[in-house]
Amino acid sequence: MTTPRIRVPSSVKAGEAFEVRTLIDHPMETGLRQQTGQTGPRRMITRFEAHADGEPLFAADFRNGTSANPYVAFIARFTKTTTVTFLWQEEDGREHRASQSITVA
Amino acid sequence: MTPALLDRRSLFGAALTLVTLPAGAAESLKPEVDAAIREQIGGVAATEGGIALRAPETAENGAFVPVTVSVHTAMTGGDRCRAIHLFATNNPTPGIASYSFGAGIARAEVSARVRLAEGQTLLAYAVMADGSVRRAAARIAVTTGGCLT
Repeated sequence: MTTPRIRVPSSVKAGEAFEVRTLIDHPMETGLRQQTGQTGPRRMITRFEAHADGEPLFAADFRNGTSANPYVAFIARFTKTTTVTFLWQEEDGREHRASQSITVA
Repeated sequence: MTPALLDRRSLFGAALTLVTLPAGAAESLKPEVDAAIREQIGGVAATEGGIALRAPETAENGAFVPVTVSVHTAMTGGDRCRAIHLFATNNPTPGIASYSFGAGIARAEVSARVRLAEGQTLLAYAVMADGSVRRAAARIAVTTGGCLT
């Protein structure tokens, strides 16, 4: 449950574009879905942030239309070796973090 | 023989484009969809073009529909995209997600998985650094609704 998974190249060339793929296991329960006539309690991740050496790199605000186990991929480009930190915030305050260093050769 | 085939295919493709684009543009939005869009981009009139929304024509599982939005911009100087917003026109609630880009982003492109309750039109808006807004639409048929699984 709520295990973040990050896929990035461990080493890139300076200025080379590369894909950052992120996924976190999470039900993203809207509280609207009916299962056997009942709705479950709402539980949502509403915010995702990626920072590159502390600077804002990418962010997402998730709403009801985002699938369970929210997957987001974006394309970055660095000029020096960078540590990217990832943060997922749930609506109720729970937070999940991950980080990944990308070596610029 | 081959050129004839190619011709027919390109004609078919052209016909499809002609049919889908005006339909998407002319479609009147439900008040709650319009309100959700206004909340994110304000009253700026969006222009078509310079943005691509890639999604399957038919999604078997509405709970998990892969989409990619890419905006044609160099992402340098003043020519950059600040944010992309995704909306569903026929879900119980229209908001899907908003994505924003910082300095280390190479291309204004994002891939995600969205939930669609039924077949509908998906809308993508890109807010550019100069304040202009671009829009793309995609009609997606859904076999199994995303609210059931």
